[in-house]
Amino acid sequence: MSRKRIALLIGLLAVVVTVTAGQCGAPKAKFQCTDPIGCVDIKPGEPIHIAYMFVVTGPDESLGLDTKYGVEIAIDDKKEILGHPILLTGEDSQCNAEGGQAAAQKIAADPTVVAIVGTNCSSEARPAAPIITQAGMVMVSPSNTAPDLTDPAKHQAGYLRTAHNDKVQGAAMAKFAWEYLKVKRAATIHDGSLYADQLQQVFAEEFKKLGGTITAQEAVDPKDTDMRPVLTRIAATQPELIYYPIFIAAGGFITSQAREIPGLEKVYLASADGTFSPDFVKAAGSAALGMFHSSPDFGAFGAGYPEFLKKYEAKYGRKPLAPFHAHAYDAAMMIFAAIEKVAVQDPDGTLHIGRQALRDALFATKDFKGLTGNLTCTPTGDCADPKIAVYQMMNTDPAKWNPGSCDECNPKKIWP
Amino acid sequence: MLRQLLRRVTLVDIFMWIIGLLLIGMVFYGSVRTLVSGKYAPTEWVNLTVTGIALGGIYALIALGYTLVYGILRMINFAHSEVFMSGPFTAYFLADALDKVGYFDRYPILSLLLVMVLSMAVATTVAVLLERIAYRPLRTAPRLVPLITAIGASFFLQYTFRGLFGSGVKGYPETDWFKRKWCLPDTQACISTTQILVIVAAVLMMVALYAFVQWTKIGKAMRAVSEDKETAALMGIDVDRVIATTFAVGGALAGVAGVLYALMFRQVQFFMGFVPGIKAFTAAVLGGIGNIPGAMLGGLFLGIFEALGPNLFLDGLGIPAPYQLKDAIAYTMLVLILIFRPTGILGERLARKKA
Repeated sequence: MSRKRIALLIGLLAVVVTVTAGQCGAPKAKFQCTDPIGCVDIKPGEPIHIAYMFVVTGPDESLGLDTKYGVEIAIDDKKEILGHPILLTGEDSQCNAEGGQAAAQKIAADPTVVAIVGTNCSSEARPAAPIITQAGMVMVSPSNTAPDLTDPAKHQAGYLRTAHNDKVQGAAMAKFAWEYLKVKRAATIHDGSLYADQLQQVFAEEFKKLGGTITAQEAVDPKDTDMRPVLTRIAATQPELIYYPIFIAAGGFITSQAREIPGLEKVYLASADGTFSPDFVKAAGSAALGMFHSSPDFGAFGAGYPEFLKKYEAKYGRKPLAPFHAHAYDAAMMIFAAIEKVAVQDPDGTLHIGRQALRDALFATKDFKGLTGNLTCTPTGDCADPKIAVYQMMNTDPAKWNPGSCDECNPKKIWP
Repeated sequence: MLRQLLRRVTLVDIFMWIIGLLLIGMVFYGSVRTLVSGKYAPTEWVNLTVTGIALGGIYALIALGYTLVYGILRMINFAHSEVFMSGPFTAYFLADALDKVGYFDRYPILSLLLVMVLSMAVATTVAVLLERIAYRPLRTAPRLVPLITAIGASFFLQYTFRGLFGSGVKGYPETDWFKRKWCLPDTQACISTTQILVIVAAVLMMVALYAFVQWTKIGKAMRAVSEDKETAALMGIDVDRVIATTFAVGGALAGVAGVLYALMFRQVQFFMGFVPGIKAFTAAVLGGIGNIPGAMLGGLFLGIFEALGPNLFLDGLGIPAPYQLKDAIAYTMLVLILIFRPTGILGERLARKKA
């Protein structure tokens, strides 16, 4: 045995002795994970891993990019949590059930993921929420609105959202149609997605409660292009308003073809937050002029919103693309606050985050001052402070997209 | 004689016939109920039929691309739907530029022609390159090999275009002239300029193709290669050139179809070829794959059937929201035709010829 080796051995021994002695002396024992569904350990200097599941490609990419930007700005603002940087990675969830499932499975397989912001479309969340819940993770959606997802009978333990529940949005549109437009007969179209199907159902029920008549409840496929047959069917029932809370591609086809159908030249057209985007104006063209959209009321957002908008425009060089950027920002901030609340930090800076503890902290969110209002989560994961407005399209130049209530704003808020 | 015939009929045959008759009965029953109920005015049927013819014309133009290639190479060019997408997607940028300087409003026909020429050029180039790179090296390989290459090429093209031009929706320019409606006096039976253009262009292209195949030298060579490649080569026909020409012609037709499609529906996107491609393939099989008039007929038939079907007979059966099922009925029809006429509507002569 060479002298070098002996020296090394002695050195090692010394280290072991000091470490043991140090531990004996310290009042706290080494961190033991007692969380029922496990912990994430983050070593000093390692980032806290947040994942997103957004639709960042395809016709509905505006929805996904807008929310992704919201999360990125939240990370810029927060900078770090308890000395750890924040890492954002993500999967494209494609605005359909298959995409949601694939994205969730990929994320669930990565044990470093602490929490997820997503999904965008309600159809994605239906398969994704059980997978994320099973993996012990937690997801906060900035734009799922289908009532089903937070229904007590179907709610998944790891699922929350900062977007409004469509029970509110559907009722708002029904009230607007009845009180402001004073229409008595309305028809609806959905595309078979969880979001559209449930939203038009809520609208139909509320509209009937107010005394109106639903003349037809039709359905199309998201990939359909020729909407004339279905519009002809609807024209035969003589509605005064057609409500189609669907997505951009099919919504564009319906809008551009509706005016060509005899009997629908003067019918009111109304859609919802899923098509509230300059990309929809591109898809629908000049036929979109004058149509109505329900959307979160940007004017009713919290005091921090104007400053957020400035950051958004400075960073991405464009106005918001869809309605849910602020909800995404709030979702990310809610997650950061919950992590700070539950994380246990070792003296060397290692973080331990209990997964059940994180979920509990998120569900316990109360009076959280977000951009979209004061967020308080219900036991089934509805955290939004919903304020819905109806906007009208005054101009069909996608470059002039600037929703608000000012005179030159487009689309312009007209109700309430 | 009768006994012999009966012996040849198997249980499966009888079962198929029963299913077929049931479906035909349902269609008939539904149609009669709808028509008797008088829910739709006659002009509405006219309007739907016109839409169906326009859509069918587009399907037919794409279907011709499938059929031409099949007739010569006996392979299904599954990347044809991407050839169809490549034309109008690229030409969108020209259309948008023309629209921005006001050309589209002032000279709609001229601008449209320019856009169409670009679209045809791009689609033809893509189709010819596809043949040269993806199919020619595999011409002697087993049949499944080019089929798989076709699927691979299809993905490659889709995502190349996505990478080049982004994945969002782009909208073709619209002008009042295109949207103008021409109505029968005192009725609401109308046809828009776009629909007239689509139908006229589709008919012109089909006539041109027929003339090309029947009366030109290279058309004759195409027919010869389609009948027997080896013998044609022995007779001094440059088979490679003929095959490349076939792809070019199919690509040019797809380029025209693409612009017409964009004119009718406005939106272009990298994934736009998929659904029309599948539909046109269905139309080609429906008409008898490999048969040129068959593809035209199949496309027209499918377009009209799709436009009228849901309102005509699903409505009468009392199915809620029947429009969503329109693809189901189109494909049910395909299955029915394949049961009763496996060669497609006009496919028999061809099938005997090949035997």
